[in-house]
Amino acid sequence: MNPSLFSPEGLAGIIFLILIVVTMIGAIIATCTQRLIRSVTGLAVCFVGVAGLYYFLNSPFVAMMELLIYVGAVCVTIAFAIMLAEPDESKLARKIPGLSGGLAAICGGSVSFALAYAAVNGQWMAPAAQVNDGSLKMIGRSLLTTYSMVFEVISIVLLVAIIGSMALARSGRRKN
Amino acid sequence: MNELIRLLAYMLCIAAFLGLNLAYLGWVERKGAGHFQRRTGPKEVGPYGLLQPLADGLKLMSKQLVVPANADKLIYMAAPVLIMVPSVTLFVAIPFGENLVPREFNFGLIMMFAFASVAGLSILIGGWGSGNKYSLIAGTRAVSQNIAYEIPMLLTAINIVMISGSLDLNEIIRQQGSYIWNWNVFRLDKSILMPVSFLVFFICSVAETNRTPFDMGECEGELVAGYHTEYGGMGFGLYMMAEYANLVIGASLITILFLGGWQSPIGILPGPHWFLLKMYFLIWVFVWIRWTFPRTTFWGLLNLSWKYLIPFAMVNLLLTALFIKVI
Repeated sequence: MNPSLFSPEGLAGIIFLILIVVTMIGAIIATCTQRLIRSVTGLAVCFVGVAGLYYFLNSPFVAMMELLIYVGAVCVTIAFAIMLAEPDESKLARKIPGLSGGLAAICGGSVSFALAYAAVNGQWMAPAAQVNDGSLKMIGRSLLTTYSMVFEVISIVLLVAIIGSMALARSGRRKN
Repeated sequence: MNELIRLLAYMLCIAAFLGLNLAYLGWVERKGAGHFQRRTGPKEVGPYGLLQPLADGLKLMSKQLVVPANADKLIYMAAPVLIMVPSVTLFVAIPFGENLVPREFNFGLIMMFAFASVAGLSILIGGWGSGNKYSLIAGTRAVSQNIAYEIPMLLTAINIVMISGSLDLNEIIRQQGSYIWNWNVFRLDKSILMPVSFLVFFICSVAETNRTPFDMGECEGELVAGYHTEYGGMGFGLYMMAEYANLVIGASLITILFLGGWQSPIGILPGPHWFLLKMYFLIWVFVWIRWTFPRTTFWGLLNLSWKYLIPFAMVNLLLTALFIKVI
């Protein structure tokens, strides 16, 4: 129950804690800073932490995809959007005096209470013995058989996004 | 415990290998540049200028780190580190020999691309953090180039994955025979277009490592060095070292995927020697290209990727799939 620090379980626990801390720090940077580009960096750190958690939970493929897609593509896209939108950083978010702090505390408190209540009192399924080996082959097979509908719907979303961006860019640069 | 000691030893060896390569590839590049342009290159410090990298390193390290007044200090300091970390991490997965690999991942190929894609973000925030318009624009330029060439590179790599049915780098090498016609470049029985895939992959690696003819990100001379303009001392040193680390990784990846990795074509010398020979030959070709061809324009570079390489890579993918299905 109480493994020593240098046993494999203890070390695994330490690594788990480090990953949690990295994720939390990233999330806190992302939400608390007032410079948008720092928020994106925080978000990237958060994603790295989450990827680490996936790796820790023995799904390396998902971890790598998290890095490749979220850090390598999504964060870069957000950073581009920020640069194009030129946010005015001197204008900080206006606070509603008095009210906002209390409201935030109530919302945050109730959400965390609800989550904690659900976690403590809920009926947990028995920790599943590994469903499958989590290998690439299994993921690919299930994506193309069981979940092929979801897969196709996602590609339609991407197609719509591409067509939308083309429609926006269609007038070209000469217009203005 | 043995495993732990083995990993520690590998880490030390990787650090030594990296240090030597990052220092002396700079020397090789300058010597090569010199001879291609009918100069001598570095020759004053030590015999044949061999001590030049040490002198350069000392100079860079003894310089003061100046943070520009406009810069976002935290991001400015973090960016060079962030650009170096993924490149160094990747050396964990490169199989230098059949048994000479620090840790064998069964998804090694994806890992390569995943970590390499992190560098784009580092370049971008480095350009932003400098607080300089030119760096910012150069950062976006470099990243749009990186994204554009990542796509055909991935599409071409999928060809290899389909042929060998594995993402394990060591397994991909194992499936290529030792003779030249068994290497993936010339495996015409799997897909007729393999040599062309090799060419596409090679072009993309040149672009991904930001080297002339595609070095719009940097342009040392005329575009005030791009995203690392504001960096001096070891900050600049880290950017340079990351570039050479990426060069080594790019050459290793081509060697692994197309040139048979540690397979030795004539049966003398053990595997790792052949791996290094092929890798260094590719690096030499990179240097050769860099100092032979002029730089392209930026629109030419993006057009090449989006209008030619990506459609071609997709058609190539379909043809390879068809070939595998039919034969």
